[in-house]
Amino acid sequence: MEKRRFANINQKYCVACGSCMKVCPKSAIKIPKGIFANVDKTLCIGCGLCAKACPASVITMQWKEEEYEKKETLV
Amino acid sequence: MKKKKHWYDYLWIVSVIYLTLGFFNILFAWLGLICFFIPLCISVLKGNKLYCNRYCGRGQLFELLGKKFSRKKDIPHFLKTNWFRYGFFTFFMMMFLNMLFTTYIVFAGTKSLDEVVTLLWSLKLPWHFANRVAGVKPWAIQFAFGFYSVMLTSTVLGLVTMVLFKPRSWCVYCPMGTMTQGICKLKHKNKAM
Repeated sequence: MEKRRFANINQKYCVACGSCMKVCPKSAIKIPKGIFANVDKTLCIGCGLCAKACPASVITMQWKEEEYEKKETLV
Repeated sequence: MKKKKHWYDYLWIVSVIYLTLGFFNILFAWLGLICFFIPLCISVLKGNKLYCNRYCGRGQLFELLGKKFSRKKDIPHFLKTNWFRYGFFTFFMMMFLNMLFTTYIVFAGTKSLDEVVTLLWSLKLPWHFANRVAGVKPWAIQFAFGFYSVMLTSTVLGLVTMVLFKPRSWCVYCPMGTMTQGICKLKHKNKAM
C-alpha cells in the first residue's frame, strides 16, 4: 500500500470549460459528455496544475492510500 | 513538460482582431455570429463542449492576459451556483432579444439608426466613427451595433473577473458555456453517465 496524490473534481460545480484538460501534462482529464470533467486516476500524477487552472476552483488534490504499481511516469 | 501547440491554440488572435475591427467598421460585428453558432452546433450534433475546451478564442485570451494581470484568487461561491449561472444566462438572452427587437423596429422604420455601442447594457458610447459603408440597410448596421455591444460587454465582464479572480473566471458564468452544458445535459439525460 502506498499513498498517492491525485486530482478530485467536484462534478456538481464543474462547468466543463476544459482549463484543466489543457494543462494536464499526462492528458489524464477528459470531458467526454460536455457536462463535467473526469480524471483518470491511473494516469494522474497529482501535480496539481489542474487545480491551479480551474476557474471554478472545483478541483482539490487528495491523498489516498492505494495499491498500485510504481511507474516511472513522474515529470 | 510543454504540450505541443496546435493551430487552434492561437485563436485568441482572432478574438483580438474581431474586437479591433469593431473600432474601424461596425459591420465586422456580424462575424461574431460564428462564436454563437459553432458552439451551438457542436453541442447539439456532437453532445460535447469541444468549442469551450478547444476553440474558444476569448477563453484563450483571458488565459494569456491572466498570466500577468490576474490575482488568481478563488471565485466567490455564488458565481458557480446554477441559480446564478442560469439566471445570468436568462438575463443575457433577454438583453439579446431586446437587441433583436431594436433591430426589428429599425427594419420596420419605426426607429432611426442609433450609432452607439451600449456597454454593460446601460452605458451608451458614441460609435458613429465605425459606420463607414454607404448603401447598407440600417437594420443590418443596427444589428452590428447591438451585437458588438454584446461582445464588448462580455469581454469587459470577462476582463474584470479575470483580474479579480482566476484568468478564465468568465467561463464559469459564460452564457454560451451554460447553454452548451445545458444542451449536453439534455442530450445525455437518458444515457448512463
